[in-house]
Amino acid sequence: MAVFDNFWAVYSNLVLGLGINALLALSIYLTLSCGMLAMANAAFMGIGAYTAALLTMNYDTPYIVSILAGMAAPAVVAFVMGKPTLRLSGVYLAMATLAFGEVVRIFILNTDSITGGALGLNGIPQSTQWWHVLLALVAVLALLWRLRHSRVGRAFESIKEDETAAGLMGIDVGAHKMTAFVLGAAIAGLAGTLNAHLTFFIGPNEYGFDRGVDILTMAILGGINGLAGPVLGGTILTLLPEVLRGFQDFRLVVNGLILVLIVLFLPKGLWDPARIRNWFGKGGKHA
Amino acid sequence: MSATLQLKNISRHFGGLKVLQDVNLDIPQGGIFGLIGPNGAGKTTVFNLITGLLPPTSGTISFEGRDLAGTKPHEITRGGIARTFQNIRLFKEMSLLENVMVGMHAQLRYGTLGLLGTSGLFRSEEKRARERARELLSWMKLDHKAEDTADNLSYGDQRKLELARALATEPKLLLLDEPVAGMNANEKTELMREIEQISGRGYTIFMIEHDMRFVMGLCQEIAVLNFGRIIAQGGPDAIRNDPQVIEAYLGRDEDEPASGPDGIVTDGAPSPVAAGVAPTSVSGPGAQA
Amino acid sequence: MLEQQLINALSLGCVYALFALGFTLIFGVLGVINLSHGAVFMVGSYAAVEAITHLHLPLWGALLFSFVFCGVLGLLIDFLVLRPLRKRNAPHLIPMIASIGVAIILNNGVQGIFGAENLRFPSGIVSTDSMELGGLHLTALELGIILLSFVLMAVLMIALKRTQLGRALRAIAESPKAAYLVGINVEGLFFLTSFVAAGLGGVAGVLIGLYSNALFPLMGQPMLHKGIAVIILGGMGDIRGAMLGGLFLGFAEVLSVAYIGSSMRDAVAFGLLFLVLLVRPKGLFGTLQERKV
Repeated sequence: MAVFDNFWAVYSNLVLGLGINALLALSIYLTLSCGMLAMANAAFMGIGAYTAALLTMNYDTPYIVSILAGMAAPAVVAFVMGKPTLRLSGVYLAMATLAFGEVVRIFILNTDSITGGALGLNGIPQSTQWWHVLLALVAVLALLWRLRHSRVGRAFESIKEDETAAGLMGIDVGAHKMTAFVLGAAIAGLAGTLNAHLTFFIGPNEYGFDRGVDILTMAILGGINGLAGPVLGGTILTLLPEVLRGFQDFRLVVNGLILVLIVLFLPKGLWDPARIRNWFGKGGKHA
Repeated sequence: MSATLQLKNISRHFGGLKVLQDVNLDIPQGGIFGLIGPNGAGKTTVFNLITGLLPPTSGTISFEGRDLAGTKPHEITRGGIARTFQNIRLFKEMSLLENVMVGMHAQLRYGTLGLLGTSGLFRSEEKRARERARELLSWMKLDHKAEDTADNLSYGDQRKLELARALATEPKLLLLDEPVAGMNANEKTELMREIEQISGRGYTIFMIEHDMRFVMGLCQEIAVLNFGRIIAQGGPDAIRNDPQVIEAYLGRDEDEPASGPDGIVTDGAPSPVAAGVAPTSVSGPGAQA
Repeated sequence: MLEQQLINALSLGCVYALFALGFTLIFGVLGVINLSHGAVFMVGSYAAVEAITHLHLPLWGALLFSFVFCGVLGLLIDFLVLRPLRKRNAPHLIPMIASIGVAIILNNGVQGIFGAENLRFPSGIVSTDSMELGGLHLTALELGIILLSFVLMAVLMIALKRTQLGRALRAIAESPKAAYLVGINVEGLFFLTSFVAAGLGGVAGVLIGLYSNALFPLMGQPMLHKGIAVIILGGMGDIRGAMLGGLFLGFAEVLSVAYIGSSMRDAVAFGLLFLVLLVRPKGLFGTLQERKV
């Protein structure tokens, strides 16, 4: 159908970007659902992107290998830095992970012989097909859904509400937090890999504070009460720049405004099954 | 009966503050053991030490012969000790059923990787968890509210839910921290019966309580803690008549007659009121420690 | 040339200390990590440039203007964003997230208005005189920065330690509820703190703007990161720690640039931050006090 072909020719990047952003939002959802505000996922995305891109460009690896490497690398880094860092709580964890993000960015800038430094990597093969993104999203959603409805999901929720009580239920809190952190890193790396092989150029500034805040905003906007929340948040934040094209610099102001307004007025995010249920008069039942 | 839980020379200091000094307790297997004492005596600290939330400054705690030193709280729970909290720590945004299912965490036999598979193990274990949770809720007569959110419950029901959740961890020893605080008389009587039934099923119960009628009615043996020291230990009658215990509970001025823990007026000589000792009423709601 | 570097380090450290002071005041008294402090810092420098260019204020006038302008901005942020969250008893992380939103609004708003290119102070605003002091070369600017910073820090320390107001603030820092119960006007002091902290941030912005002579909309970001590093180094909520931490960072950065190379300069702050968080989260000077609500 010509109509569809036209649509796709113009909007394919947008749709794929949507899928990738949804993946990113889901990656931070994982740690948020465990009660941790970890702002390192942009950095993990970058680690995944650079690892995969360098493999593809320098060693001509098959795409699937690059993808797996792009997930494994951030997972390993997360495991190593998670051990000391996850002992911290609340604000300190957020600060430490923010700092880590900066460290990664500076590291990339200073290893320009390998990573191209400030100039970034150009000419990454555009291997990402629409079905890669779709498959990734479906797989991640399925995994997270299964996780949520198992003892692991219940453990995460209980840790989020009351870590001490959760521990006294026989839950190994440290191990669960690490699982969420590492898995979140792997998903962020996956998103980074797919993104790098879509946009064919990556640079260190793409994985810094701005990206980290974007990811957080997506999760906060959509809400973390269910898997639909991050996906919704990712969708809106991908489409928003398109809608606001005319505003130029001020469109980022809108992002900031969204964050503030959501926090003030809709703290549970847009996708809040309990609130939606209330609207339909069924109030009080558990979501 | 051999001791299932043993505290030997347990002391706990916070800086200069000696919260517990040289506490010795032997909790036998089976039966119901009570720990009473005025507010601030250090009772909850004893529970915090047993469950591994705090390390003792000195002394040892052993459970079923094994020294608990250095064991992490979740490992202690998996080893068979469960507890409820004085200030109720439910997972308020989860349903009653889910709260109890969380307690079953360590009992479920599929690993994190196991839940990826479509094998029957995951499904059957989840089913088992659900059924067991419902069963425990029905013991507490809460099964009709299984899908409700936990923070919609009345205060008394919340305490019962905490108990059901603790039972879900399949403990051998149940630590109950003021299980009837804040309940009305009917709720207390009901819970008393439920605890008796639980005890009858073979669980060892160790409880902290302020309500004397409750404690005297349920416990076979009672220890009394005052200012971090055990001042008496024995059966209900012995404790009721122990002069040191009576003195510890006095918070009166000179005109009032002395009364022991269960309100029986005795002819005790006026003794200096220990600073900070709160008078305990017989069956009123326990004062917030 | 080590001694010369020390002058550099001192001036830089003073500005870091001023910035961190505002940051730590907000954390200590309001209990919030205000991540818009970097943006306010940036606004301060832009405000000064505009004041000099359009209002023809002299330098000290511009400094005052920035202080007040940013103070009002800080007040607005508190009133519109932080205060409603306080009233709701929102958990600690929520105001922090909201402050990120405010920072984005300010950063991009300024970029939209002024563009992303570097802005400069009008030439001649600072005298290029310098003096010799014990064999060291000291420019008027460096002298001014050091003096002004020390004066402000001294005023703040005296206010906190010796005045009734300072005692009230310290009481709030320990426990807002208790302070309220003894009759302290907690909300009013929250507003005052927001004003003063933001004002100090703005002044720090002007000083850095003069020092580097390159203003750009995102200049608050790296500063914010350093501020975080400083307050964690110095112990969160600890005023003295913030000042000492700021000076320490200034020295660490300048010395590392001199001996390692400038590319790793920003990494120094983070390296230190990481190390401290892992080894001694209380900070080098701080005592981590659980705030009683």
